[in-house]
Amino acid sequence: MNSQPELKPHYLNLYFQVHQPRRLGQFSFFDIGTDRDYFDDGLNQIIMRRVAKNCYLPTNLLLLKLIQNYPGIRITFSISGSALKQLEVFAPVALESFKMLAATGAVEFLSETYYHSLSFLTSKEEFHSQIKMHTDKIQQLFGVKPSVFRNTELIYNDAIGSMAHDFGFTGVITDGVKQILHGRSPNYLYQHPNNETKILLRNYRLSDDIAFRFTRKDWHEWPLTPKKYVEWLTNMPASEQIVTLSMDYETFGEHQKADTGIFKFLESVISKLARNKKIKMTTPSEAIRLLQPADNIYAPESISWADEARDLSAWLGNDMQKDAFDTLCKMEDPLKRIGDPSLLNTWRYLQTSDHFYYMSTKKGNDGSVHNYFSPYPSPYQAFMNYMNVLSDLELKIEKQSKGQVEKINLRKFESSLTLN
Amino acid sequence: MFGWEFPPHISGGLGTACFGLTQALAKANTHVLFVIPKADAETTGDHVDLISASNVRVPVELNEESIEQSAGESIPHYETQQTSHIETLVVQSGIIPYTTPAIISFEESSRPALNIWNYQLPIVSTQEKPNKVWIQYQFSGSYGPSLLEEVAQYGTTGGEIARQHSFDVIHAHDWLTYGAGIAAKKVSGKPLIVHVHATEFDRAGKNIDERVYKIEQEGMEAADKVIAVSQWTKNIIVTKYHIPESKVEVVHNGAIQAKKRRNLKLPPIGKQIVTFLGRITFQKGPQYFVDAAAHVLKLFPDIHFVMAGSGDLLPEMVERAAKLKISSHLHFTGFLKGDQVDRVWAVTNVYVMPSVSEPFGISPLEAAHAGVPVIISNQSGVAEVMQHAIKIDFWNIEALADAICNLLKHQSLTRTLKHQSKEEISTITWDRAVKKINTIYHELTT
Repeated sequence: MNSQPELKPHYLNLYFQVHQPRRLGQFSFFDIGTDRDYFDDGLNQIIMRRVAKNCYLPTNLLLLKLIQNYPGIRITFSISGSALKQLEVFAPVALESFKMLAATGAVEFLSETYYHSLSFLTSKEEFHSQIKMHTDKIQQLFGVKPSVFRNTELIYNDAIGSMAHDFGFTGVITDGVKQILHGRSPNYLYQHPNNETKILLRNYRLSDDIAFRFTRKDWHEWPLTPKKYVEWLTNMPASEQIVTLSMDYETFGEHQKADTGIFKFLESVISKLARNKKIKMTTPSEAIRLLQPADNIYAPESISWADEARDLSAWLGNDMQKDAFDTLCKMEDPLKRIGDPSLLNTWRYLQTSDHFYYMSTKKGNDGSVHNYFSPYPSPYQAFMNYMNVLSDLELKIEKQSKGQVEKINLRKFESSLTLN
Repeated sequence: MFGWEFPPHISGGLGTACFGLTQALAKANTHVLFVIPKADAETTGDHVDLISASNVRVPVELNEESIEQSAGESIPHYETQQTSHIETLVVQSGIIPYTTPAIISFEESSRPALNIWNYQLPIVSTQEKPNKVWIQYQFSGSYGPSLLEEVAQYGTTGGEIARQHSFDVIHAHDWLTYGAGIAAKKVSGKPLIVHVHATEFDRAGKNIDERVYKIEQEGMEAADKVIAVSQWTKNIIVTKYHIPESKVEVVHNGAIQAKKRRNLKLPPIGKQIVTFLGRITFQKGPQYFVDAAAHVLKLFPDIHFVMAGSGDLLPEMVERAAKLKISSHLHFTGFLKGDQVDRVWAVTNVYVMPSVSEPFGISPLEAAHAGVPVIISNQSGVAEVMQHAIKIDFWNIEALADAICNLLKHQSLTRTLKHQSKEEISTITWDRAVKKINTIYHELTT
């Protein structure tokens, strides 16, 4: 008999989020009704190209090299539709490098809403349409069909879990926050209380060590070395199953620039993990196939990975955000009656969560993160600009609705003619 | 005449009033030398002689730092722009009586004076100044943070200008210029008129700045005559500043008959629009407008409201509208420039001025001129001269909402008000004001 217990490896899921919103241009009250463009695609192009140069291209290249050297590496991406579209148009070379990663077979792509939206609150139909659009886009570009869903900003609740099940997903990724864990560890596979949907939880402490604290010199663990970090990962309790690390892909080279040593850190951590026998890198769909769920996760209230509150308050925390979102949602029915694909597309781009994120009036640490991402000098301007755009869209809807009514009347008139 | 601003660099009614007043004085053959903190090529003083106080060199006692900066410049001089009957002197100044917390700036940063209004005073420290040289104060002509110091500097410059010019009467507009007026009176011995366009009580409500109050009171006490823009303001001057009633003369402002612009491109936000236009500050009562809008929308859900302007209460108003869930029907335009004011008038069905304390209030006259019926608060000077307007108390939101609904519903009422008020404002002119002012000049000089 072998006295040594069988070495059961820990699984590790490394998932990167890629997203760029389609930012609005300045749209003043006096631009209402003037046919002015809502989106500042000039600015969007500048930002996409900058981020592609600082982050997407160098990090993808780094990952491609690593995957060539270590076949055991597994990486997961979730790329929003609005980012994919901008990559296609503004940074096709960066998109090519994502396709090369897809071709290695070592990379999995998650499903999300095309517009990186809060459409789970709009209507189930709208939510589904946007997920379908994203799945189609992923298939078209990368030739694979996602089977695991991650909602915008890891927002999750029981209803979202049920909808994901209805839409045919095997699992969902959300944040391992205390509201749903109640003292349990995030390092297990969990399951929805009412259906088969598996739930993977992001280990936010270990994720944020890289995403936020890597450059924080006032952090007691600074400087974070690859050796130290890999030790933390390997020293987890034997019973635990899987660690999910997830962060903005822009962490590498954009939020934390190359001179911080973040690329060297990433390269060293991944190659150490690839050589380590105690840890096996995996993808969400593989983990769901291999592991047995440890317990159920109940999420009666919405959770997310944003801000300290880890709920919806980053996007719908104040009255401005709620009023803007309500106004937006009210347009769904008239828009769908009109059926103009271009108007519908515009309305959907206005659903991107970032627009609401810019309207946040939070202070302190949360506030400075909101400010970092916002193109506006204040949340009030973000709100006023957005509302002007909505007013303009409302006018366009009214105009088209009227045209439609006239067409119907004409048809009635015509049919009465033929009858006689 | 000591002023603070002159078109196009204006932040409120003061610049417009000075422009209208000096224009009418020129017409009445009164020669005006107009001093402002800072003028540039855009400043439109065709009818006046402008003096930029920035270009006036004054002898002062300085600390060593300043001496280095101004070494070698020792000849006093200033520039005037001489035209017809009015000369304008331009004084460089960084006085900031009105500042707004960082908000609402899609506007060009090159004109900060336009966005800032509520004043903040810095703590001014006094320094020993051992030497005496000639210096030129650099005034920004806007409303900046080192206010009190710059008011004092403007005062010093005022004395110097008085030494270098001959004139019969000194006329100082609002507290920023009172120091300059007093200094000019001391130097020249000529009579001083202080013209009160607004008091600290209008701007700040109960939380007045004692230092500003003191400057205002000193100016009124030193003056030979005080001109108030309304009876409302005269009452404040008498009761709050303890100036004898007989020393205060009411001269209502006039309206400038602007040319009507055509072919304006209008924002087609709705069929019926109710507008608030002015600084979004405590004095203007914006919250009563927002609350009344919520009331009206319950009865008329298709009405749209426009809050045009900027100010320190803008964020609060945006939040208030959002809380009442009326953001989709209440539009914020930010500070209006160029023809945007005309564009707003062109789509407005009802104009509302719910001011808490308004010394005069020129916007209702502009609205009437543009053919817009107006609702004004009883707490405004303009209510004294405008009979064909609906008048309410600013705090009475229900009465305000009621008036708005009635104007929107009854075309007969709207038409009557439009017609009558347009006729009425043709009599509220600067010529009429100047007649009174020239009489005061005459009395003081003979």
